[in-house]
Amino acid sequence: MTRADVLVIGGGGAGCSAALHLAQRGVRVVLLERGLVGGQATGVNYGGVRQQGRHPAGLPLARKSREIWSRITELTGSDIEFDPCGHLKLARSAEDEAELLRWNALAAEHGLRPRMIGRNAIREQHPYFSDVVIAGSLMEEDGSANPRLLAPALARAARAAGADIREHHAVTTLDHDGSAFEVMANGQRFTAPWLLNCAGFWGGAIAARFGEPVPIEKLHPNMLVTEPLPYFLRESLGVVGGDLYLRQIPRGNIIFGGGRGESDAEIRVTRPRPDAAFGAMQRAIAVIPRLRDAMVIRSWTGTDGEMPDHFPVLGASRTTPGLLHAFGFCGEGFQTGPGVGAVLSELVMDGATEVPLDAFDIGRFTAASGAV
Amino acid sequence: MKVVVVGAGPAGIRAVEQLVRAGVFPTWIEEGPDGGGRITQRPPAEFSRSHAALYGADAGRAKRLHAALDSLKARVDWRPDTLVWNIRPDARVLHTLTNGAAQDEVSYDAVILCTGAMDRVLPLPGWTLPGATTLGGAQTALKSQGVGIGANPVLIGTGPLLWLTALQYAKAGAKPAAVLDTTDLLTKARFGGGMLWNIPTLLRGMGLYASLKLRGVKMYEDVTPLAIEGVDKVTAVHWRDAAWKEHVTPCDAVALGWGLKPEAQLADLAGVPFDYDDTQQNWVPRKDAAGRSPVAGVYLAGDGAGIGGVDVAELGGARAALALLADAKLPSDMALSKHLDGRLRTERRFRAALERAFPYPARLASRMEDSTSVCRCEVITAGELRAAAAAEAPELNRAKAFSRVGMGRCQGRLCGTPAAAVLARALAVEVPEVGRLRGQPPVKPVPLQQVG
Repeated sequence: MTRADVLVIGGGGAGCSAALHLAQRGVRVVLLERGLVGGQATGVNYGGVRQQGRHPAGLPLARKSREIWSRITELTGSDIEFDPCGHLKLARSAEDEAELLRWNALAAEHGLRPRMIGRNAIREQHPYFSDVVIAGSLMEEDGSANPRLLAPALARAARAAGADIREHHAVTTLDHDGSAFEVMANGQRFTAPWLLNCAGFWGGAIAARFGEPVPIEKLHPNMLVTEPLPYFLRESLGVVGGDLYLRQIPRGNIIFGGGRGESDAEIRVTRPRPDAAFGAMQRAIAVIPRLRDAMVIRSWTGTDGEMPDHFPVLGASRTTPGLLHAFGFCGEGFQTGPGVGAVLSELVMDGATEVPLDAFDIGRFTAASGAV
Repeated sequence: MKVVVVGAGPAGIRAVEQLVRAGVFPTWIEEGPDGGGRITQRPPAEFSRSHAALYGADAGRAKRLHAALDSLKARVDWRPDTLVWNIRPDARVLHTLTNGAAQDEVSYDAVILCTGAMDRVLPLPGWTLPGATTLGGAQTALKSQGVGIGANPVLIGTGPLLWLTALQYAKAGAKPAAVLDTTDLLTKARFGGGMLWNIPTLLRGMGLYASLKLRGVKMYEDVTPLAIEGVDKVTAVHWRDAAWKEHVTPCDAVALGWGLKPEAQLADLAGVPFDYDDTQQNWVPRKDAAGRSPVAGVYLAGDGAGIGGVDVAELGGARAALALLADAKLPSDMALSKHLDGRLRTERRFRAALERAFPYPARLASRMEDSTSVCRCEVITAGELRAAAAAEAPELNRAKAFSRVGMGRCQGRLCGTPAAAVLARALAVEVPEVGRLRGQPPVKPVPLQQVG
C-alpha cells in the first residue's frame, strides 16, 4: 500500500502540472498514468498556445496558464519550443470579420489586446495569402509549443520536486471509504484523501464511477505535417469557424489540422481519416496557394474528450469529498494544461482559486436529475 | 468477391496467377511503372539488353515471371504507377495515388499485400555524400537504367546481395575498388551447413564468390567500415581489417547494404501485429504458414511479410492466394497448397541459416560515434538519439518524439533499424525491447493538391 496526500490519475498536461505544483509545495503526490505521460490529447494535438477565440468564461483560466507559459522553461528546466509567435485568426467573409471584431471587444474586457489587420494590411504583411482572406486579427502574445515535449518535461520536473510519477500504471479499481480513496493500478494499491481526475476522455468513466455521469464524446483531432518548406510563416494561423489551423516550424515543416480522425469502439486504435485530411488540405491551399505542391509526410490523431457545451469539467465533485475533476478539454487543453494543474494545486492546498470555475462545474450535467 | 493484390513482384505475380486460375480477377496495384520486382527488375520497354545480360543466373526465372506478368495484366484491373498510401481495415478501403497526382479509393473484401523489402543500412560518417547509395539502389540503377553508380565503387555490407552486386558491376565493365564484408569467414562457414536445404542457391552463392575472386576483385572479410570520405562527393572509404589495420581505399562511389527489411507499412496500418524475428533481426508482421494475417481479409506474402528471398516470394504468393480462395469457399487446388507448404518449410530452414551466416552488425550500429547522422531526413545524430534516451525515452516512438529521429520524408524506413540498435545500447537493453516505429499514413509522401 502506497500512502500519499494526493493521487492524480492521468499524465497529460493538467495531471503532470498538478503533480509538479503540488510537489513544489511539499505535498506527497503519486501520479498514475496508463501508458507514457503525454501519450494522448496533450501529446498529439496541434501545439497551439492560444487564447484567441476562446469563450469569455474560459479566458481567466487561459490568462493564468499563459502566465505560466511565460516561465515554462524555468518551471520545467526543459525547452518545450514555446514560441510566442502570435496567433493570427483569419476572416474569409464579412461575417467572419464581424465575428473577429465582436470577440476582440469581449477580449478587451479581460485585458487582452488583439489587433485587427484590415484588407490592405493583411495583403501587404502576408503576400502568400490568397484573396479568400479578407482580414485577420492578431493576438501577439499567443503562439505555439511542441506538444510532444510538454507532459514529459512537466513530469520530469515533478519527479525532481519529489512527485512519484508511475507510468504503465493503468487503474483497475477505484474506491472511496468516506475519507480516503483507494486505487488499484498495475497490481499495486494506492491511498490518499485527495483524488484528481485528469484522465482526458476517460475522465468521464471516473466521474461516472462516483455517481456523476457526463455526456462526454471522444474527439480525435486530424493532424498532418508536410515535408520542410522554405520558412515564410511566423504566426500560427486559425480561421473563423475553426475548420483549419496551420503553423510552420522553424525547420520548415507545415503542421496543420482540421476535421476528425476515427477510432474503434474500445479506442484501442485511433486513425487519421483521409477524407478529413483532404478537406484540411483543400482549405489550406485555398488560404495559402503555394502549399499546392507541398507533400504531406505524416498524419496522426489521438483521443481527447469533448463536452456538448464545449466547456471542460473542472472543479470539485458534487458527490465525493476530496475528488477534483479536470477533464474533457474539447481540443483546447494544451494551452490551459499548465494553468489547470496550478488551479488544482490551489484547490487542494488553499481550498480556493482566483480563477472562476462556475462554467466548468460538473453539476451543470448532474444537478438537474439529482439535487433539483 | 472483390480482391486486391498490392505489388507485382514475384509474390504478387504468383498470387494473381492462382486467383485468375480460380476465376477471380483482382485489382492489381503496382507502385512502379511495371512489375517484376527487384531481383528481376525490368528495364523500360524500349531497352534492348537480353534477359541473360540483365539477370545472369536469374535469367530463366526472370523470363518466366515476366511472361506470367504480361499475360496476367490483360486479364485483371491492372494499375501501375499507383501507390497505396493508406488502408482502413474496418471499412476495407485502400487509398491510392496514381502518377503522383490522382487520388482514388479501392474497396476490397480481401487484399494480398506483397509489398517487398528494402535495404537495411548501417549509417557511417559520410553516408549522405553524393555517390553513396544502397546495394539495392546500385543494382536497380544497373538493371533498370543500364547505368552504374561509379566506375570504381566500393561495396560494403554482408550477404549474397553484396557479392551479386559486385559481380554485376564487374560484368558491366566497372572495376569494384573493394568488396568489404563485415561478417567473418568463421560465421559464414558455421552456418553454411544449414544452407544445404537449398543446394542450388548455396552453390550459386559460392559461385558468385569464386567468380569475383577469379576476376581479381579485392574482397575482405570481418571488416569494420569507419567512414566514407569526400567533400562534395565520395572519394574514398576508410576501413579497418580483421587484423585491426586501417586502410583508405580510393573510389568514386559506395554501395551499402546489410540484408533487407520488410516494407510492411501497409500491414502495420492494417493493424497486423508485429513480432521480432531474432534470426533475421527484423520486426515481421504476423501471419500463419499460408499467409493469413490475424486481421480479417488481409493476407501477406513475399519479403514484405518477412525476408525470405525470391523462391519464398513465389511460393508464398501462390500459397496466400490459395488460402484466400479456400477462406472464401471458392474452389482451390488443395494438392498444390500441400506441395507449397512443404517447399516453404524447407526454404525457411535455408533462410534461417542464410540470415545467421550474414548477420546485421547491430554491434557496429550501436557503437557509432555521437557525431554520425542516423536519420538523414531530419539530420539527427547518434548523440542526439542518446540524449533522448537520457531524457527518459524507454522506447523508439518516445525517442522519436524527443529527438525527431524518423520524422522526416522516409518516416523511419531507413533509420528505424540502426536507431533501434543505438537506443537499445544507450538504455542497456536488447534491441526488441525498444520496439519499432509505429506506422503512420501516408506510407510515402502524398501531395496536398488533389487531382481526379
